[in-house]
Amino acid sequence: MNLLEMNHVSKTFDGLEVLKDISIQVKEGEVVSIIGPSGSGKSTILRCATMLETIDSGELTYLGRKAAWNEGGKAVYAAHNELKEIHRYYGLVFQNFNLFPHFNVLKNIIDAPVSVLKVPKEQAITEARELLKKLGLGDKEDYYPHQLSGGQQQRVSIARALALKPKILFFDEPTSALDPELTTEVLKVIKELAKEHMTMIIVTHEMQFAKEVSERIIFMENGYIQEEGTPEDIFNSENTRVKEFIGKLESR
Amino acid sequence: MDILSIIQQLGSGMITSIEIFFLTLVFALPLGLLIAFGRMSKIKIVQWIFKAYISIMRGTPLMLQLLVVYFGPYYLFEIKIAKWYRMVAVIIGFVLNYAAYFAEIYRAGIEAIPKGQYEAAKMLGYTKTQTFFKIIFPQVVKRILPPVTNETITLVKDTSLAFVIAVTEMFTLAKQIAANEASMVPFVAAGIFYYVFNLLVALVMEKFEKKLDYYR
Ligand SMILES: Nc1ncnc2c1ncn2[C@@H]1O[C@H](COP(=O)(O)OP(=O)(O)O)[C@@H](O)[C@H]1O
Ligand SMILES: [Mg+2]
Repeated sequence: MNLLEMNHVSKTFDGLEVLKDISIQVKEGEVVSIIGPSGSGKSTILRCATMLETIDSGELTYLGRKAAWNEGGKAVYAAHNELKEIHRYYGLVFQNFNLFPHFNVLKNIIDAPVSVLKVPKEQAITEARELLKKLGLGDKEDYYPHQLSGGQQQRVSIARALALKPKILFFDEPTSALDPELTTEVLKVIKELAKEHMTMIIVTHEMQFAKEVSERIIFMENGYIQEEGTPEDIFNSENTRVKEFIGKLESR
Repeated sequence: MDILSIIQQLGSGMITSIEIFFLTLVFALPLGLLIAFGRMSKIKIVQWIFKAYISIMRGTPLMLQLLVVYFGPYYLFEIKIAKWYRMVAVIIGFVLNYAAYFAEIYRAGIEAIPKGQYEAAKMLGYTKTQTFFKIIFPQVVKRILPPVTNETITLVKDTSLAFVIAVTEMFTLAKQIAANEASMVPFVAAGIFYYVFNLLVALVMEKFEKKLDYYR
Protein backbone atom coordinates (compact mmCIF):
# COMPACT_ATOMS: atom_id res chain seq x y z
CA MET A 1 0.00 0.00 0.00
CA ASN A 2 1.22 3.47 -0.80
CA LEU A 3 1.97 5.72 2.13
CA LEU A 4 0.82 8.78 0.23
CA GLU A 5 -1.43 8.99 -2.77
CA MET A 6 -2.44 12.19 -4.47
CA ASN A 7 -4.68 11.43 -7.41
CA HIS A 8 -5.76 13.94 -10.06
CA VAL A 9 -5.40 16.85 -7.67
CA SER A 10 -6.15 20.30 -8.92
CA LYS A 11 -6.04 23.60 -7.12
CA THR A 12 -7.03 27.09 -8.19
CA PHE A 13 -6.09 30.40 -6.58
CA ASP A 14 -8.27 33.33 -7.61
CA GLY A 15 -9.03 31.84 -11.01
CA LEU A 16 -5.44 30.76 -11.60
CA GLU A 17 -5.04 27.01 -11.90
CA VAL A 18 -1.89 26.37 -9.88
CA LEU A 19 -2.05 22.56 -9.78
CA LYS A 20 -3.39 20.67 -12.76
CA ASP A 21 -4.23 17.00 -12.46
CA ILE A 22 -1.36 16.16 -10.15
CA SER A 23 -0.86 12.52 -9.20
CA ILE A 24 1.91 11.41 -6.89
CA GLN A 25 2.34 8.06 -5.18
CA VAL A 26 4.90 7.49 -2.49
CA LYS A 27 5.75 4.16 -0.93
CA GLU A 28 7.05 3.72 2.58
CA GLY A 29 10.80 4.40 2.74
CA GLU A 30 10.90 6.30 -0.55
CA VAL A 31 12.60 9.65 -0.99
CA VAL A 32 11.10 11.81 -3.72
CA SER A 33 12.40 15.21 -4.78
CA ILE A 34 10.35 17.85 -6.51
CA ILE A 35 12.21 20.33 -8.68
CA GLY A 36 11.10 23.02 -11.07
CA PRO A 37 11.09 26.75 -11.64
CA SER A 38 9.75 29.18 -9.07
CA GLY A 39 5.98 29.59 -9.23
CA SER A 40 5.46 26.16 -10.79
CA GLY A 41 3.38 24.92 -7.86
CA LYS A 42 5.87 22.93 -5.80
CA SER A 43 4.98 24.53 -2.46
CA THR A 44 1.31 24.26 -3.27
CA ILE A 45 1.67 20.50 -3.71
CA LEU A 46 3.17 20.21 -0.23
CA ARG A 47 0.62 22.59 1.24
CA CYS A 48 -2.21 20.55 -0.25
CA ALA A 49 -0.67 17.26 0.85
CA THR A 50 -0.32 18.60 4.41
CA MET A 51 -3.77 20.19 4.34
CA LEU A 52 -2.56 23.73 4.85
CA GLU A 53 -4.54 24.33 1.67
CA THR A 54 -7.66 22.48 0.53
CA ILE A 55 -7.74 20.88 -2.89
CA ASP A 56 -10.49 21.73 -5.36
CA SER A 57 -10.77 18.25 -6.83
CA GLY A 58 -8.95 14.96 -6.66
CA GLU A 59 -8.02 12.52 -3.95
CA LEU A 60 -5.68 12.59 -1.01
CA THR A 61 -4.96 9.34 0.80
CA TYR A 62 -2.52 8.32 3.52
CA LEU A 63 -2.01 4.60 4.08
CA GLY A 64 -5.36 3.85 2.52
CA ARG A 65 -7.20 6.34 4.70
CA LYS A 66 -8.95 8.88 2.60
CA ALA A 67 -8.49 12.48 3.66
CA ALA A 68 -10.21 13.88 0.60
CA TRP A 69 -12.03 12.43 -2.41
CA ASN A 70 -14.18 13.52 -5.30
CA GLU A 71 -17.91 13.86 -4.99
CA GLY A 72 -19.70 15.33 -7.96
CA GLY A 73 -16.45 16.58 -9.44
CA LYS A 74 -15.42 18.42 -6.28
CA ALA A 75 -13.19 17.33 -3.44
CA VAL A 76 -14.80 16.67 -0.08
CA TYR A 77 -12.83 16.12 3.11
CA ALA A 78 -13.16 13.49 5.81
CA ALA A 79 -14.63 14.33 9.21
CA HIS A 80 -12.57 16.40 11.64
CA ASN A 81 -11.53 13.46 13.84
CA GLU A 82 -10.44 11.32 10.92
CA LEU A 83 -8.39 14.23 9.55
CA LYS A 84 -6.79 14.70 12.93
CA GLU A 85 -5.63 11.10 12.95
CA ILE A 86 -4.43 11.21 9.37
CA HIS A 87 -2.56 14.38 10.27
CA ARG A 88 -0.33 12.36 12.57
CA TYR A 89 1.13 10.48 9.62
CA TYR A 90 3.01 13.49 8.30
CA GLY A 91 5.12 16.50 9.22
CA LEU A 92 6.34 19.53 7.30
CA VAL A 93 9.63 21.41 7.49
CA PHE A 94 9.30 24.99 6.34
CA GLN A 95 11.69 27.08 4.30
CA ASN A 96 11.93 29.69 7.04
CA PHE A 97 11.81 27.25 9.97
CA ASN A 98 8.87 28.86 11.82
CA LEU A 99 10.29 27.92 15.19
CA PHE A 100 8.48 29.35 18.20
CA PRO A 101 10.69 32.26 19.27
CA HIS A 102 9.50 32.31 22.89
CA PHE A 103 10.33 28.64 23.47
CA ASN A 104 13.88 27.42 23.88
CA VAL A 105 15.15 24.60 21.70
CA LEU A 106 14.05 21.83 24.04
CA LYS A 107 10.58 23.25 24.52
CA ASN A 108 10.18 23.77 20.78
CA ILE A 109 10.72 20.06 20.41
CA ILE A 110 8.86 18.58 23.38
CA ASP A 111 5.85 20.87 23.58
CA ALA A 112 3.83 19.27 20.80
CA PRO A 113 4.51 15.67 21.89
CA VAL A 114 3.56 16.58 25.45
CA SER A 115 0.56 18.82 24.88
CA VAL A 116 -0.78 17.27 21.68
CA LEU A 117 0.12 13.58 21.88
CA LYS A 118 0.17 13.48 25.70
CA VAL A 119 3.59 11.84 25.83
CA PRO A 120 4.91 11.92 29.42
CA LYS A 121 7.21 14.91 29.78
CA GLU A 122 10.20 12.90 31.00
CA GLN A 123 9.97 10.59 28.03
CA ALA A 124 9.57 13.50 25.62
CA ILE A 125 12.69 15.14 27.06
CA THR A 126 14.73 11.97 26.77
CA GLU A 127 13.68 11.50 23.17
CA ALA A 128 14.25 15.15 22.32
CA ARG A 129 17.79 14.98 23.71
CA GLU A 130 18.51 11.92 21.59
CA LEU A 131 17.24 13.73 18.52
CA LEU A 132 19.28 16.83 19.31
CA LYS A 133 22.39 14.76 19.74
CA LYS A 134 21.78 12.99 16.48
CA LEU A 135 21.35 16.29 14.66
CA GLY A 136 24.51 17.74 16.18
CA LEU A 137 22.71 20.10 18.55
CA GLY A 138 23.40 18.28 21.80
CA ASP A 139 24.64 21.42 23.55
CA LYS A 140 21.91 23.76 22.32
CA GLU A 141 18.80 22.71 24.22
CA ASP A 142 18.67 25.85 26.38
CA TYR A 143 19.20 28.26 23.50
CA TYR A 144 16.45 30.39 22.03
CA PRO A 145 15.97 30.34 18.27
CA HIS A 146 17.37 33.85 17.78
CA GLN A 147 20.64 32.72 19.35
CA LEU A 148 21.16 30.06 16.68
CA SER A 149 22.42 30.19 13.10
CA GLY A 150 19.95 29.50 10.29
CA GLY A 151 21.37 26.04 9.80
CA GLN A 152 20.96 25.24 13.47
CA GLN A 153 17.43 26.63 13.48
CA GLN A 154 16.51 24.46 10.52
CA ARG A 155 17.94 21.40 12.25
CA VAL A 156 15.88 22.22 15.34
CA SER A 157 12.79 22.49 13.18
CA ILE A 158 13.59 19.08 11.67
CA ALA A 159 13.96 17.69 15.20
CA ARG A 160 10.65 19.30 16.14
CA ALA A 161 8.94 17.55 13.24
CA LEU A 162 10.64 14.22 13.96
CA ALA A 163 9.66 14.32 17.62
CA LEU A 164 6.08 13.56 16.58
CA LYS A 165 7.31 10.43 14.77
CA PRO A 166 5.65 11.09 11.42
CA LYS A 167 5.59 8.37 8.79
CA ILE A 168 6.37 10.88 6.07
CA LEU A 169 8.16 14.20 6.22
CA PHE A 170 7.74 17.00 3.69
CA PHE A 171 10.46 19.60 3.17
CA ASP A 172 9.75 22.85 1.35
CA GLU A 173 13.09 24.21 0.17
CA PRO A 174 14.71 23.54 3.55
CA THR A 175 17.96 25.26 2.61
CA SER A 176 16.77 28.18 0.49
CA ALA A 177 17.00 30.62 3.38
CA LEU A 178 20.53 29.51 4.25
CA ASP A 179 24.05 30.52 3.24
CA PRO A 180 25.89 27.83 1.26
CA GLU A 181 28.07 26.77 4.19
CA LEU A 182 25.00 26.28 6.38
CA THR A 183 23.17 24.45 3.62
CA THR A 184 25.62 21.56 3.81
CA GLU A 185 24.92 20.79 7.46
CA VAL A 186 21.17 20.65 6.85
CA LEU A 187 21.48 18.50 3.75
CA LYS A 188 23.72 16.15 5.70
CA VAL A 189 20.97 15.64 8.25
CA ILE A 190 18.42 14.90 5.54
CA LYS A 191 20.77 12.43 3.87
CA GLU A 192 21.19 10.75 7.25
CA LEU A 193 17.40 10.40 7.51
CA ALA A 194 17.28 8.96 4.00
CA LYS A 195 19.77 6.31 5.05
CA GLU A 196 17.42 5.35 7.86
CA HIS A 197 14.65 4.99 5.29
CA MET A 198 12.59 7.91 6.47
CA THR A 199 9.94 8.56 3.84
CA MET A 200 10.42 12.08 2.51
CA ILE A 201 9.23 14.43 -0.18
CA ILE A 202 11.69 17.25 -0.68
CA VAL A 203 11.23 20.40 -2.72
CA THR A 204 14.74 21.60 -3.50
CA HIS A 205 16.95 23.54 -5.86
CA GLU A 206 20.02 21.56 -4.81
CA MET A 207 20.43 19.34 -7.86
CA GLN A 208 23.43 17.36 -6.66
CA PHE A 209 21.66 16.63 -3.40
CA ALA A 210 18.43 15.62 -5.17
CA LYS A 211 20.39 13.27 -7.38
CA GLU A 212 22.13 11.67 -4.43
CA VAL A 213 19.27 11.33 -2.05
CA SER A 214 16.17 10.55 -4.11
CA GLU A 215 14.75 7.40 -5.58
CA ARG A 216 12.58 9.55 -7.79
CA ILE A 217 12.57 13.12 -9.03
CA ILE A 218 9.51 15.01 -10.17
CA PHE A 219 9.94 17.99 -12.47
CA MET A 220 7.14 20.56 -12.21
CA GLU A 221 6.30 23.38 -14.54
CA ASN A 222 3.21 25.59 -14.79
CA GLY A 223 1.27 23.42 -12.39
CA TYR A 224 1.94 20.23 -14.30
CA ILE A 225 4.19 17.31 -13.57
CA GLN A 226 6.26 17.57 -16.74
CA GLU A 227 8.49 14.63 -16.09
CA GLU A 228 9.00 12.03 -13.42
CA GLY A 229 11.64 9.36 -13.06
CA THR A 230 14.81 8.14 -11.42
CA PRO A 231 17.56 10.74 -11.00
CA GLU A 232 19.22 9.13 -13.99
CA ASP A 233 16.11 9.55 -16.13
CA ILE A 234 15.77 13.17 -15.18
CA PHE A 235 19.40 14.16 -15.52
CA ASN A 236 19.58 12.47 -18.94
CA SER A 237 16.17 13.70 -20.03
CA GLU A 238 15.62 14.69 -23.65
CA ASN A 239 12.92 17.15 -22.57
CA THR A 240 14.40 20.56 -23.39
CA ARG A 241 12.64 22.30 -20.49
CA VAL A 242 14.08 19.81 -18.02
CA LYS A 243 17.52 20.02 -19.58
CA GLU A 244 17.47 23.80 -19.54
CA PHE A 245 16.35 23.95 -15.93
CA ILE A 246 18.93 21.47 -14.66
CA GLY A 247 21.66 23.04 -16.74
CA LYS A 248 20.93 26.45 -15.29
CA LEU A 249 21.06 25.23 -11.68
CA GLU A 250 24.11 23.01 -12.09
CA SER A 251 26.16 25.76 -13.66
CA ARG A 252 25.50 28.06 -10.67
CA MET B 1 -2.36 74.81 56.22
CA ASP B 2 0.85 72.85 55.87
CA ILE B 3 1.75 70.43 53.12
CA LEU B 4 1.31 67.39 55.28
CA SER B 5 -2.30 68.15 56.13
CA ILE B 6 -3.00 68.98 52.51
CA ILE B 7 -1.68 65.60 51.48
CA GLN B 8 -3.72 64.03 54.25
CA GLN B 9 -6.85 65.68 52.94
CA LEU B 10 -5.98 64.62 49.40
CA GLY B 11 -5.48 61.08 50.64
CA SER B 12 -9.00 59.75 50.19
CA GLY B 13 -9.09 61.20 46.68
CA MET B 14 -5.82 59.51 45.88
CA ILE B 15 -7.27 56.19 46.94
CA THR B 16 -10.28 56.75 44.69
CA SER B 17 -7.99 57.59 41.76
CA ILE B 18 -5.94 54.47 42.37
CA GLU B 19 -9.12 52.40 42.58
CA ILE B 20 -10.38 53.75 39.28
CA PHE B 21 -6.98 52.99 37.75
CA PHE B 22 -6.74 49.39 38.89
CA LEU B 23 -10.37 48.43 38.36
CA THR B 24 -10.23 49.84 34.84
CA LEU B 25 -7.14 47.82 34.00
CA VAL B 26 -8.44 44.63 35.58
CA PHE B 27 -11.63 44.70 33.51
CA ALA B 28 -10.58 46.55 30.37
CA LEU B 29 -7.56 44.38 29.55
CA PRO B 30 -9.52 41.11 29.22
CA LEU B 31 -12.58 42.83 27.74
CA GLY B 32 -10.33 44.45 25.15
CA LEU B 33 -9.17 41.02 24.03
CA LEU B 34 -12.77 39.85 23.59
CA ILE B 35 -13.58 43.00 21.62
CA ALA B 36 -10.52 42.39 19.46
CA PHE B 37 -11.83 38.89 18.70
CA GLY B 38 -15.18 40.41 17.75
CA ARG B 39 -13.46 42.98 15.58
CA MET B 40 -11.51 40.22 13.81
CA SER B 41 -14.52 37.90 13.50
CA LYS B 42 -15.04 36.19 10.16
CA ILE B 43 -18.74 36.99 10.47
CA LYS B 44 -19.15 40.34 8.71
CA ILE B 45 -21.98 41.66 10.88
CA VAL B 46 -20.14 40.89 14.12
CA GLN B 47 -17.02 42.50 12.74
CA TRP B 48 -19.02 45.57 11.74
CA ILE B 49 -20.67 45.93 15.15
CA PHE B 50 -17.36 45.87 16.99
CA LYS B 51 -15.78 48.19 14.47
CA ALA B 52 -18.57 50.68 15.10
CA TYR B 53 -18.23 50.26 18.84
CA ILE B 54 -14.51 50.94 18.77
CA SER B 55 -14.98 53.87 16.46
CA ILE B 56 -17.55 55.49 18.76
CA MET B 57 -15.53 54.89 21.91
CA ARG B 58 -12.42 56.37 20.41
CA GLY B 59 -14.22 59.13 18.53
CA THR B 60 -16.12 60.75 21.41
CA PRO B 61 -14.82 62.27 24.65
CA LEU B 62 -14.52 59.98 27.63
CA MET B 63 -16.13 62.72 29.70
CA LEU B 64 -19.25 62.52 27.56
CA GLN B 65 -19.27 58.72 27.80
CA LEU B 66 -19.13 58.93 31.59
CA LEU B 67 -22.12 61.27 31.61
CA VAL B 68 -24.07 58.90 29.33
CA VAL B 69 -23.32 55.89 31.52
CA TYR B 70 -24.27 57.81 34.66
CA PHE B 71 -27.42 59.57 33.48
CA GLY B 72 -28.46 57.01 30.85
CA PRO B 73 -30.46 54.74 33.19
CA TYR B 74 -32.47 57.74 34.40
CA TYR B 75 -33.25 59.27 31.01
CA LEU B 76 -33.84 55.96 29.27
CA PHE B 77 -35.69 53.99 31.94
CA GLU B 78 -36.45 56.60 34.57
CA ILE B 79 -34.48 54.61 37.10
CA LYS B 80 -33.59 56.75 40.08
CA ILE B 81 -29.84 57.11 40.29
CA ALA B 82 -28.52 55.76 43.58
CA LYS B 83 -25.49 57.33 45.17
CA TRP B 84 -23.44 54.12 44.99
CA TYR B 85 -23.97 54.10 41.25
CA ARG B 86 -21.56 57.01 40.77
CA MET B 87 -18.41 55.02 41.29
CA VAL B 88 -19.90 52.06 39.39
CA ALA B 89 -20.70 54.35 36.46
CA VAL B 90 -17.15 55.67 36.48
CA ILE B 91 -15.73 52.16 36.31
CA ILE B 92 -18.18 51.06 33.60
CA GLY B 93 -17.42 54.16 31.55
CA PHE B 94 -13.67 53.83 31.90
CA VAL B 95 -13.71 50.10 31.17
CA LEU B 96 -15.89 50.47 28.06
CA ASN B 97 -13.66 53.24 26.78
CA TYR B 98 -10.28 51.72 27.55
CA ALA B 99 -11.30 48.27 26.33
CA ALA B 100 -11.85 49.83 22.90
CA TYR B 101 -8.34 51.24 22.86
CA PHE B 102 -6.85 47.99 24.16
CA ALA B 103 -8.82 46.03 21.53
CA GLU B 104 -7.10 47.93 18.75
CA ILE B 105 -3.73 47.34 20.39
CA TYR B 106 -4.43 43.60 20.69
CA ARG B 107 -5.61 43.47 17.11
CA ALA B 108 -2.48 45.11 15.78
CA GLY B 109 -0.40 42.75 17.92
CA ILE B 110 -2.24 39.64 16.79
CA GLU B 111 -2.12 40.64 13.13
CA ALA B 112 1.62 41.23 13.38
CA ILE B 113 2.33 37.58 14.23
CA PRO B 114 3.64 35.86 11.09
CA LYS B 115 1.31 33.40 9.40
CA GLY B 116 4.08 30.78 9.67
CA GLN B 117 3.54 30.55 13.42
CA TYR B 118 -0.06 29.43 12.88
CA GLU B 119 0.97 27.03 10.14
CA ALA B 120 3.74 25.49 12.23
CA ALA B 121 1.31 25.06 15.13
CA LYS B 122 -1.27 23.48 12.86
CA MET B 123 1.36 21.15 11.43
CA LEU B 124 2.28 20.03 14.95
CA GLY B 125 -1.33 19.26 15.76
CA TYR B 126 -2.12 22.03 18.24
CA THR B 127 -5.81 22.86 18.57
CA LYS B 128 -6.91 26.41 17.76
CA THR B 129 -7.17 27.23 21.47
CA GLN B 130 -3.73 25.80 22.23
CA THR B 131 -2.28 27.69 19.28
CA PHE B 132 -3.66 30.96 20.52
CA PHE B 133 -2.76 30.67 24.18
CA LYS B 134 0.58 28.82 23.88
CA ILE B 135 2.02 30.19 20.68
CA ILE B 136 0.35 33.42 19.63
CA PHE B 137 -0.73 35.27 22.76
CA PRO B 138 2.64 35.22 24.57
CA GLN B 139 4.23 36.78 21.50
CA VAL B 140 1.42 39.31 21.26
CA VAL B 141 1.99 40.38 24.87
CA LYS B 142 5.61 41.12 24.16
CA ARG B 143 4.76 43.19 21.12
CA ILE B 144 2.00 45.23 22.71
CA LEU B 145 3.75 46.23 25.93
CA PRO B 146 4.93 49.63 24.62
CA PRO B 147 1.50 50.80 23.37
CA VAL B 148 -0.16 49.37 26.48
CA THR B 149 2.26 51.39 28.60
CA ASN B 150 1.20 54.53 26.72
CA GLU B 151 -2.47 53.85 27.32
CA THR B 152 -1.84 53.08 30.98
CA ILE B 153 -0.06 56.38 31.47
CA THR B 154 -2.96 58.18 29.83
CA LEU B 155 -5.32 56.30 32.14
CA VAL B 156 -3.54 57.64 35.23
CA LYS B 157 -4.19 61.18 34.07
CA ASP B 158 -7.69 60.40 32.83
CA THR B 159 -8.82 59.29 36.29
CA SER B 160 -9.34 62.98 37.03
CA LEU B 161 -12.28 62.96 34.60
CA ALA B 162 -14.36 61.12 37.19
CA PHE B 163 -15.16 64.54 38.63
CA VAL B 164 -17.86 65.06 35.96
CA ILE B 165 -20.17 62.75 37.81
CA ALA B 166 -19.05 64.03 41.18
CA VAL B 167 -16.83 61.16 42.18
CA THR B 168 -14.33 62.84 44.41
CA GLU B 169 -11.09 61.52 43.07
CA MET B 170 -7.94 63.34 43.93
CA PHE B 171 -8.15 66.23 41.51
CA THR B 172 -11.62 67.20 42.71
CA LEU B 173 -10.30 67.45 46.25
CA ALA B 174 -7.26 69.42 45.14
CA LYS B 175 -9.55 71.96 43.48
CA GLN B 176 -11.73 72.26 46.59
CA ILE B 177 -8.82 72.71 48.95
CA ALA B 178 -7.15 75.15 46.61
CA ALA B 179 -10.30 77.24 46.52
CA ASN B 180 -10.80 77.15 50.29
CA GLU B 181 -7.23 77.96 51.14
CA ALA B 182 -6.57 80.24 48.18
CA SER B 183 -3.37 78.31 47.62
CA MET B 184 -1.58 76.67 44.70
CA VAL B 185 -0.03 74.03 46.94
CA PRO B 186 -2.83 71.44 46.49
CA PHE B 187 -2.38 71.62 42.73
CA VAL B 188 1.34 71.17 43.02
CA ALA B 189 0.72 68.18 45.31
CA ALA B 190 -1.77 66.77 42.79
CA GLY B 191 0.74 67.19 39.98
CA ILE B 192 3.39 65.40 41.98
CA PHE B 193 0.94 62.60 42.74
CA TYR B 194 0.15 61.96 39.06
CA TYR B 195 3.78 62.23 38.13
CA VAL B 196 5.00 59.77 40.75
CA PHE B 197 2.13 57.43 39.94
CA ASN B 198 3.20 57.43 36.30
CA LEU B 199 6.84 56.95 37.20
CA LEU B 200 5.81 53.80 39.01
CA VAL B 201 3.70 52.66 36.06
CA ALA B 202 6.63 53.19 33.70
CA LEU B 203 8.93 51.36 36.08
CA VAL B 204 6.65 48.35 36.37
CA MET B 205 6.09 48.17 32.63
CA GLU B 206 9.82 48.40 32.03
CA LYS B 207 10.25 45.43 34.37
CA PHE B 208 7.77 43.45 32.28
CA GLU B 209 9.55 44.39 29.08
CA LYS B 210 12.89 43.35 30.55
CA LYS B 211 11.37 40.08 31.62
CA LEU B 212 10.31 39.32 28.07
CA ASP B 213 13.66 40.36 26.67
CA TYR B 214 14.91 36.79 26.59
CA TYR B 215 13.65 36.20 23.06
CA ARG B 216 13.16 38.09 19.85
N1 LIG C 1 -2.24 31.75 -1.23
C1 LIG C 1 -2.11 32.03 -2.54
N2 LIG C 1 -2.98 32.88 -3.13
C2 LIG C 1 -2.88 33.14 -4.46
N3 LIG C 1 -1.96 32.62 -5.27
C3 LIG C 1 -1.05 31.77 -4.74
C4 LIG C 1 -1.08 31.44 -3.35
N4 LIG C 1 -0.08 30.58 -3.10
C5 LIG C 1 0.55 30.38 -4.28
N5 LIG C 1 -0.02 31.10 -5.26
C6 LIG C 1 0.38 31.11 -6.68
O1 LIG C 1 0.47 29.77 -7.11
C7 LIG C 1 1.54 29.59 -7.98
C8 LIG C 1 2.43 28.49 -7.48
O2 LIG C 1 3.04 28.88 -6.28
P1 LIG C 1 3.98 27.95 -5.43
O3 LIG C 1 3.31 26.65 -5.20
O4 LIG C 1 4.39 28.72 -4.24
O5 LIG C 1 5.19 27.75 -6.42
P2 LIG C 1 6.66 27.23 -6.11
O6 LIG C 1 6.71 26.72 -4.72
O7 LIG C 1 6.92 26.20 -7.15
O8 LIG C 1 7.56 28.42 -6.31
C9 LIG C 1 2.24 30.94 -8.11
O9 LIG C 1 1.80 31.56 -9.28
C10 LIG C 1 1.77 31.68 -6.90
O10 LIG C 1 1.74 33.05 -7.15
MG1 LIG D 1 7.85 27.38 -3.08
